[in-house]
Amino acid sequence: MSLSPDEVRHIAHLARLRIDERDVDDYAQNLSRIVDFVDQLGQADTADVTPMAHPVDMAQRLREDRVTEENHRDEYQQNAPATEAGLYLVPRVLE
Amino acid sequence: MYDKTLAELAAALKKGDVSSEELTRHYLDRIEKLDERYNAFITPTPDQALAQAREADKRLAAGEGGPLTGLPLAHKDIFCTRGIKTSCGSRMLDNFVSPYDATVVERLAQAGVVTLGKTNMDEFAMGSSNETSYYGPVKNPWDETRVPGGSSGGSAAAVAARMAPAATGTDTGGSIRQPAALAGLTGFKPTYGRVSRYGMIAFASSLDQAGTLTQSAEDAALLTQVMAGFDERDSTSAEKDVPDYCASLGDDLKGLKIGVPSEFFDEGLDAETGKAVETALDVYRQMGAEIREVHLPNLNLSVPTYYVVAPAECSSNLSRFDGVRFGYRCEDPKDLLDLYERSRGEGFGPEVKRRVMTGTYVLSAGYYDAYYLQAQKTRKLIRDDFIRAFEEVDVLMGPTTPTPAFGIGEKTDDPITMYLNDIYTIAVNLAGLPAVSVPAGFVNKLPVGLQIIGNFFDEGRLLNVAHQYQQQTDWHRQMPTGIE
Repeated sequence: MSLSPDEVRHIAHLARLRIDERDVDDYAQNLSRIVDFVDQLGQADTADVTPMAHPVDMAQRLREDRVTEENHRDEYQQNAPATEAGLYLVPRVLE
Repeated sequence: MYDKTLAELAAALKKGDVSSEELTRHYLDRIEKLDERYNAFITPTPDQALAQAREADKRLAAGEGGPLTGLPLAHKDIFCTRGIKTSCGSRMLDNFVSPYDATVVERLAQAGVVTLGKTNMDEFAMGSSNETSYYGPVKNPWDETRVPGGSSGGSAAAVAARMAPAATGTDTGGSIRQPAALAGLTGFKPTYGRVSRYGMIAFASSLDQAGTLTQSAEDAALLTQVMAGFDERDSTSAEKDVPDYCASLGDDLKGLKIGVPSEFFDEGLDAETGKAVETALDVYRQMGAEIREVHLPNLNLSVPTYYVVAPAECSSNLSRFDGVRFGYRCEDPKDLLDLYERSRGEGFGPEVKRRVMTGTYVLSAGYYDAYYLQAQKTRKLIRDDFIRAFEEVDVLMGPTTPTPAFGIGEKTDDPITMYLNDIYTIAVNLAGLPAVSVPAGFVNKLPVGLQIIGNFFDEGRLLNVAHQYQQQTDWHRQMPTGIE
């Protein structure tokens, strides 16, 4: 199966990734090869197989619903690209 | 001093032959002198290391030290380290200073381990050669024109060149065992869930597992003893007691049943590498082990299964890198969509983008059943093969990689060829089993590895099986030339 440049642009958009127009053909070629490669899974007989959910079959652990973390906002915001008054700044969303 | 294992250095510290500060300076000097050549470190941390070493010396002097107090070590840059850059090999996190320590880092620090620095790695641990790092490729100390393996290649090169006596690593599809094999080290990946993933930057959460790159299986046991164990901050952490790994290192191997999967010896295996593995099996025969052929009939599905499951999980895990709360942000975004798309487009390298897009594709409407659901079924087939094999034998053995280290740039243009380099390691991650790679000889002066796979949570036996081999051979004591 071959992915067209337009399909690659569409997947990149779904993944919120800007890819350089110059690289689209390369990605199309490489992704097509990867998809061809994983296509062989379709030949495996899995009619009676339950899909695997966890490598060691553990049940999901539950915990009590209580606060365990202190407030680290200031510390975390030191890594933020832009903040103001304790909030994260992004470009205007509503006009 | 740099030729010593952790166990030997621990004994020297205990006797007072050397202080932790002297030891730490010794390795920091080696990093300063040698790392220009190998590019194994992203961030050396000399000031912090010396402070930790002085603290360790105080504890040792007061008789309060544990088995690891004062020993230096390097951490793969995938582990969050408080107050120190944690880049994960990516431009995306080039400016990220973690506000907290990963559980692995915290437990080792509490045990008195000194952190020499953070090691280079494939970007977000995606790679088999350490060529996808934003900080440039790492060179293999055995031959600087060759790769050290990935994605823990910086950790492997740091230990191979004895710039650190040991290092942490992570293994999603072979990223500890493969670089260990290519760099002549002991690489140990415990059972999935045995070591906490908290603070370890996630690539493919159902496969990622922290472990060690060391000079010997004994050293792996020493470190794993501290790293392993339940952590309530990781919801997939195993609620199981950790046995005393060092205590089982003396068990003899009479009657041990070793299974050798015939599928590991396919046409892709380099003949000389195969011979080295056969020779290693003879060593086990002489120690009284019984060798049987076993079958893993679905092994051929493991690489394609991995390249559906891992990208699917990575596309989800990497969605948190959006340029809003931390990490790289593009210049002058015109709107929110532009901010997301350009920050991610400029922050991620080509291999990461390739895998994020593969993941997005296999999870997208219309393809989910054909790819992702089918892969979760083939994953079950692969795991069931192992479960059946372990009904007959105690451990499995085979090669770790199909060939010794390949040249830098040799496979970068062809993702499938690169992916097939992990053909013998990937199935172990899909099944969640523990495994170790030990040095088992040389081909054209390059190290090759013997892979030993254990049953779930059978780390103690696995490490002993590796340790007994290292009592009979000295492959693990060989060092590259030019690092003296």
